[in-house]
Amino acid sequence: MSRVLPVLGSRRARHVVERNALFYRSQWLMFASGFVEPLFYLLSIGIGLNHLVGSLTVGSHRVSYAAFVAPGMLATSAMNGAVIDSVFNPFFRLKISHAYDSILATPLDVDDIALGEALWALTRAGLYAVSFVGCMFLLGDTSSPWAILEIVGALATSFAFSALGLAACTYLRSWQDFDLITLVSLPLFLFSATFFPLSLYPRALATVVAFSPLYQSATLLRGLNSGQFDGWMILRLGYLVALGLVGLAVAARRFRRILSP
Amino acid sequence: MSTSSDSVPVVRARGVTKRFGEFEAVRGVDFAIAPGESFGFLGPNGAGKTSTMRMVSAVSTPTSGSLTIFGLDPAIHGPEIRGRLGVVPQEDTFDLDLSLRLNLEMFGRYYDLPRTTIRERTTELLEFAHLSDRAEDKVDNLSGGMKRRLTIARALINRPELLILDEPTTGLDPQARHLLWERLYRLKRDGVTLIITTHYMDEAEQLCDRLVVMDHGRIVAEGAPRQLIADHASREVLELRLGSEHHDEVADQLGSFAERLEVLPDRVLLYVDSADDTLARLHQAGWRPERTLQRRSSLEDVFLRLTGRTLEE
Repeated sequence: MSRVLPVLGSRRARHVVERNALFYRSQWLMFASGFVEPLFYLLSIGIGLNHLVGSLTVGSHRVSYAAFVAPGMLATSAMNGAVIDSVFNPFFRLKISHAYDSILATPLDVDDIALGEALWALTRAGLYAVSFVGCMFLLGDTSSPWAILEIVGALATSFAFSALGLAACTYLRSWQDFDLITLVSLPLFLFSATFFPLSLYPRALATVVAFSPLYQSATLLRGLNSGQFDGWMILRLGYLVALGLVGLAVAARRFRRILSP
Repeated sequence: MSTSSDSVPVVRARGVTKRFGEFEAVRGVDFAIAPGESFGFLGPNGAGKTSTMRMVSAVSTPTSGSLTIFGLDPAIHGPEIRGRLGVVPQEDTFDLDLSLRLNLEMFGRYYDLPRTTIRERTTELLEFAHLSDRAEDKVDNLSGGMKRRLTIARALINRPELLILDEPTTGLDPQARHLLWERLYRLKRDGVTLIITTHYMDEAEQLCDRLVVMDHGRIVAEGAPRQLIADHASREVLELRLGSEHHDEVADQLGSFAERLEVLPDRVLLYVDSADDTLARLHQAGWRPERTLQRRSSLEDVFLRLTGRTLEE
């Protein structure tokens, strides 16, 4: 048997990735827009607020606000991209077009579909992360060559959110329920220390924020952006990967319940 | 590896059940299907046909009992089994983002087929389904009959040894049905084993070498269509519409004219050896039915006899 991991699908999952690539070949404009997106993030918030805020302290370094906020934007972009890819399209194919039902008549298993969708989201996110970090470099928002490792951090972020999104999409009943996704992702975006340091939050709130995967991601990326390594990074990375694995296991279970009762 | 020879049934089920929570959709069925056979499952909606089909397609697992497909256990060899069969589900479900051609090609990829093989077969199958001129269209724009043909074409991309069709012609106009039947004959001639569920009697009689009648999750009869009719119905049927009178009340009086009689809401069916003779005797006895119909017995009558219900109920 060609299982990558027990319960988490087999090599056949690659055909689901292939299917999505095939689809986006005819949607190249939409696909390409993802590469321009980082510029929107970086130019709007970075340049705009940079003059008002000045510089900030990250660890032992002082960095410009633009360099502070850029990793936060990278984390946010990785989250948004992953959620859109793993919630909207799979929901359509799971509950509207029932395209997955026909795939199950082939050698592919439910786990393969779940893994394939997560891998696709990850592939796309990886490409965008490279572009994002490239833009940060060009705009002078990186202060260390280690910033290249932010691509890895962004991938872990995408993995976590795409797997969680995939699990979440199985609970949605109609298009109206998509508001629930916004209800979760918007506060995550606003309260994850992406715009300003955690030290500015009230103590009680700061404890809650520490559990936010987006906060862990932004902090991890920020450390890498200025090349300051510490032991926490491993934990933050581990947290994201663990969330992804849990999300994927839940998604596969839910997919099985819906598609193959 | 050779697991299927003439001695091994393509599908064998022994005491197979399927339960969804409290509801038992399939309540212990036994059957064996030989290579090259066309095997039918006949029954009304809710009889357990689709649940049985999903188990035979190695998509859902039986709650209890033993099931082998190509001599293999679907719980262990699911992907391998599915690689060798084709499934035409009741509902046509496609990848709506892709064209007809890409729907077929992508399906071939799910079976791990090489791209050149897929391209050849896709062209061939679009031809087979009479859809070559629509190849680059989106699936959404197709008519019901075209979608059905595309589903069948898709199910053939891996050259299956066993083709499972769940209600293949439901919702099709007569012309489209006959075109489909013709395609299925061709496959049968090529040695493909067919499993067909239907609630159309003529379809079962046309296509199936052998069939089982299912009702309430159980198999209530099994045999060749002609044999089932011979065993469970008379040679001919005389249908009477008696107008305004209550059919129930006249049933007693008509009893002596037939071997057996069924009272339906709108008509009375007399099971007789010769409908002509019976009608003559009825006329002699002073009966003046509003309308009459004389016909040969069909599977519909077998079903009525076995379950006490018509199929359309």
